[in-house]
Amino acid sequence: MKRYTIFVITENFIGILNRITIIFTRRGINIDALTASESRLEGIHRITIEVTASEETVIQLVNQIEKIIDVIKAFYHEDEAVVYQEIALYKIPVAKLDGGLEKVIRQHNAKIIAAEPEFVVLELTGHKEQTQELLEILKEYDLLEFARSGRVAVAKRMLTIDSFVK
Amino acid sequence: MKGTMIRGADIVVQSLIAEQAEIIFGYPGGAIMPVYDALYDYHEQIKHVLTRHEQGAIHAAQGYARVSGKVGVCLATSGPGATNLITGMADAQIDSTPLVCITGQVASHLLGTDAFQETDVVGISMPGTKWNIQVRRVEDIAPAIAKGFYIARSGRPGPVLIDITKDAQVDFGEMNYTPCLGFRSYRTHIPVEKNVIQQAAELINNAERPYVLYGQGVVLGKAEAELKFFLDKSGIPAASTLLGSGALSQDHPNFVGKLGMHGNYAPNLLTNKCDVLIAVGMRFDDRVTGDLKRYAKQAKVIHLELDAAEINKNVKTEVAVLGDCKESLAMLTDAVEKKQHPEWIARFRELEQMEREAVVQHDVTPTKTGLTMGEVINKVNQYKADDAVLVTDVGQHQMIAWRYFNYKKSRTQVTSGGLGTMGFALPAALGAQLYDYSRQVICVVGDGGIQMTIQELGAIMQTKAPVKIVLLNNNYLGMVRQWQQLFFDKRYSFTELDNPDFVKIADAYGIAAQKVTERGDLNEAIEDMLIHDGPYFLEVVVEKEDNVFPMIATGCSVEEVRLS
Repeated sequence: MKRYTIFVITENFIGILNRITIIFTRRGINIDALTASESRLEGIHRITIEVTASEETVIQLVNQIEKIIDVIKAFYHEDEAVVYQEIALYKIPVAKLDGGLEKVIRQHNAKIIAAEPEFVVLELTGHKEQTQELLEILKEYDLLEFARSGRVAVAKRMLTIDSFVK
Repeated sequence: MKGTMIRGADIVVQSLIAEQAEIIFGYPGGAIMPVYDALYDYHEQIKHVLTRHEQGAIHAAQGYARVSGKVGVCLATSGPGATNLITGMADAQIDSTPLVCITGQVASHLLGTDAFQETDVVGISMPGTKWNIQVRRVEDIAPAIAKGFYIARSGRPGPVLIDITKDAQVDFGEMNYTPCLGFRSYRTHIPVEKNVIQQAAELINNAERPYVLYGQGVVLGKAEAELKFFLDKSGIPAASTLLGSGALSQDHPNFVGKLGMHGNYAPNLLTNKCDVLIAVGMRFDDRVTGDLKRYAKQAKVIHLELDAAEINKNVKTEVAVLGDCKESLAMLTDAVEKKQHPEWIARFRELEQMEREAVVQHDVTPTKTGLTMGEVINKVNQYKADDAVLVTDVGQHQMIAWRYFNYKKSRTQVTSGGLGTMGFALPAALGAQLYDYSRQVICVVGDGGIQMTIQELGAIMQTKAPVKIVLLNNNYLGMVRQWQQLFFDKRYSFTELDNPDFVKIADAYGIAAQKVTERGDLNEAIEDMLIHDGPYFLEVVVEKEDNVFPMIATGCSVEEVRLS
């Protein structure tokens, strides 16, 4: 079992995400994170799926995803072969803002992106291990809310989606 | 070219006609009524058959598609009409049957409001369709139908669902039909790579005990002649899967039998003795492989397959020949040496003799008083036409009929293979018969399965389809009972049936019928049935507790195939 990033290039077609996730649920495989967005090309969407499984299983998943009529291309990478980031937001009560917290914010390169009378919102972008580490620390500062995005990623190899679309 | 403005419902029917659909199997209801209203005007261009249940409609469309090679079409209303199609879609998906299913849907402004007879059929049918779409605007109807037909019939065929809201059916739009010829996300033609053919040919040329397994892919790829030429030249023995039966005539000297849980003894056993295994258009279903960990481990596997997702799915492949087997088989035939394998084939024949003594004699020429399913099929074989279509349901009778039916022509085998849908046979036989009234269509069913769709006797009555129905009645859900006997200490939990008088039921539908209980009456009854002009219902009361052998029990290896 290993962590893999699956990229799916699709037409912008209603229900396509559903068709893709069915392939995972059918086999009882949990999707660790999923992000869907527009791509650089108009009408083409890209979906990034993070999954922990054996390579053999991932190959079968990718083959079955690619078989979906409106999927243009699907491929997978190990963590080392992709550049990826996740964004995390942390809501902290203003009352907890003191010198200790300021140090934590500096050390982790987090940013305060919103300040309200009762709370502030911190943002940290990085790998899951980093955002998780900050989460553990902020729990001691009466953390009010926490949200983390799925992985956004691009492959390291020199390949653009244009070649699949023609 | 500017088309005239017509109703969406007319666009639906005209689009079907443009796709050369000859027949629709369906059932009307509220949300599809505009299309039914349109059909009233086109009855000379396109035929509609009213089944007695939507499941009957889709199985009939499947039967039609399987014998004709064309796209089967069915029509149903929203809600329950649509959900009743689901079993057939799942069946067509796993057996690669081309279908276009059209369902009515509530008006678009009511979508998502739990309106009367609203169901999210696009969501429900997603895992069971090759593609599906909801059409909410009249201008999207014709393109959706064009795309649907293209997807259903191209590549590895499968079912497509087009869900059309009622407002799209009644709105006026322009009819300007353009057939779909392809689109960027879906590639249907994969060119066969020459170097892969060379690798495969090299393995085959150096093999001592090569062995061909062929499946329905040969039929779907219209590669029957290519398979025969390949076998003629290479001299390799060949065995068929359930759905591959008919792709090669059983009279071919290289034909060595049928594969799988209840297939023949030799083809299963010797799978673990070959040195090169050539799989053509088959997907290594668990009913064929038994325990995968002990399946053909000694062999180098060559897989000729159109669907990339099938490669290495169940069995690791040495050489994957991706592409249409009509092309790859022809290329492979050119690349292999002309050879014969008489000693290797003789091993199949020896084991075949063992099966004959241990199983076939009991099945076909029984010494006990009770009739066996095998002897009934054997008699049918003697009297049937060469191109007769055999439609079967699911269970003991299905396996016995398949074992003893002598397949000579392609597309003569219609059965629910992958899904194992009881109730499939009667409506599927109706569909198969309506493709060609003059062809012999023999529907073999059990007393369990027939009662799942027995209402389609009504559609047979109304269409006068001359289907020959052979009911093998053992008053049991026989296959389940067999498993209970072998694996559950004979605890016959809810498998015995108190059955109605089937002859009276057939009679009530105006279908000629008789019941046979004695061996002496069998010949005449089968002759009567086959010469009868019109549908016929023959009930044969068979031995209550007979078993199907050979058998590979669940979890066993193909070499553990047992004769008793």
